[in-house]
Amino acid sequence: MSYLTVHDVHKAFEGVPVLRGVSLAVDLHEAVALVGASGSGKSTLLRCIDGLVGVDAGTIRIGGADGLDVTAHDIDLDEVRQQVGLVFQQYNLFPHMSVLQNITLAPRKVLGLSRAMAEGRARDLLARFGLADKADDYPDRLSGGQQQRVAIVRALALQPQLMLLDEVTSALDPQLVGEVLDVIKELKESGMTIVMATHEMTFAREVADRVCFLSGGVVVEEAEAHRFFDEPQDPRTREFLARVRAWA
Amino acid sequence: MTTPAEAPLEAPDIPYVDPERFLGQRRRGRRNAWVASVSTVVVFAVLVVGITSTPGWSQVQETFFNWDAAVATWPVVIRAFVLNIKIFLVAEFFILILALLVALARGLQGPVFLPVRILATVYVDFFRGVPTILVILLLGFGVPALHLSGVTNSPLVWGTVALIVSYTAYVAEVYRAGIESVHPSQRAAARSLGLSSLQATRYVVLPQAIRRVIPPLLNDFIALQKETALVSLLGPVEVLRAAQIDAASNFNYTPYVVAALLFVAITLPLTRLTDWLQRRATSRRSAAGMP
Repeated sequence: MSYLTVHDVHKAFEGVPVLRGVSLAVDLHEAVALVGASGSGKSTLLRCIDGLVGVDAGTIRIGGADGLDVTAHDIDLDEVRQQVGLVFQQYNLFPHMSVLQNITLAPRKVLGLSRAMAEGRARDLLARFGLADKADDYPDRLSGGQQQRVAIVRALALQPQLMLLDEVTSALDPQLVGEVLDVIKELKESGMTIVMATHEMTFAREVADRVCFLSGGVVVEEAEAHRFFDEPQDPRTREFLARVRAWA
Repeated sequence: MTTPAEAPLEAPDIPYVDPERFLGQRRRGRRNAWVASVSTVVVFAVLVVGITSTPGWSQVQETFFNWDAAVATWPVVIRAFVLNIKIFLVAEFFILILALLVALARGLQGPVFLPVRILATVYVDFFRGVPTILVILLLGFGVPALHLSGVTNSPLVWGTVALIVSYTAYVAEVYRAGIESVHPSQRAAARSLGLSSLQATRYVVLPQAIRRVIPPLLNDFIALQKETALVSLLGPVEVLRAAQIDAASNFNYTPYVVAALLFVAITLPLTRLTDWLQRRATSRRSAAGMP
């Protein structure tokens, strides 16, 4: 059974449907890219998987057959969130905390690690992503790219099984995009299971195993990355790719 | 910036400054300082001369600004003023805690908490609408009239309670404004890291909210320091009542002026601190490119 199973998920906001029956399966160590126009439901789907947004209908399971049903009424969402890391487009670092405090907050308060233990882990992660000298800086001292890398490290500090990346490069200046994509690439190579909403088609093609095209709240096409870009089947996919490529 | 001492022989990156403009700015700066000093001296001289040359000045000076009366009243007034400070400190302590609880109660999500939200909202609406002086009279004279056993009838206690009840409503709204000014994405980020709702509030939302509302909080403290004088209505001899007694027995109003100066003396540091914090917050926001 797949690590993550999304089955026929519906979600409307104030009567406006955003997801109209989305299904998706992701295996352990697999990277799946969600592509599609703004408003196609990519972010909402990621937030549903993390339990930040409740679904109207459908089921979401993580951890395989004896895993957790995120959509169950009695689910402990805090348990889900320890297994799932979510990184936002706008980084959402805590501005009143240093980089180290940002990263150690959840391990200390949620996992109950000692301060020394949590800081040790945090420093190891920072070093792994080239941020060792930023540990004591406050977020407003960092560039957008550095802030986003810290946000990824903050999510990794809980040692999640699955990373959800919500257009993590969309708010960055073009010259800062590369350093964040490098981090994601490294994550993928280390075997992390990843679901990422992205506008970076070249990157999706290079890093993702599979690509999933959302339009109008449903999965229009889903294929292995090279096939998705080289031989798109659905006319809507072709139109989308043609528009994206017109500017590439 | 490179200082002249460290600058290499060729320093091509020093921006060109038009010497005419540079000297013009210095000239203007000197002239501004001169104009400011002269206008200040002139205005204050006119005020002092104008007031002291009024026909009734010698009588006013005798009854309001009498040095001997001030010296005579000082020990009484300063001792009574200690009571004001005590009332203020006790009230402030409870207000800070209770107001935060009220603000958090108003922000509770979920249908279960509706009664709590209603109670908190009614409380705030009611006590922000009623003048503090009325709350003091109602509690100070009303509660003892109930003849409750085991409950103190001390006007000092009920006067302080009235201040707490009234100011908690104002301060709760200050806290709430701060809490709502923290962007919801901060809470979302905290929850996505597995923090409970309470933990997200405690570690992520409140620290940011409280930092932002420190200037308005201090503003309310300054108001509260002055309002401690209202407790005198119930009888306790705090500084206003002490000054009143002294003024009535000596037919001299100087004790009032001394009491007024005491209030200014303790509110002034807080006022300056508030100004400074507000300026700093403004310059920080503009440095970060925020409105």
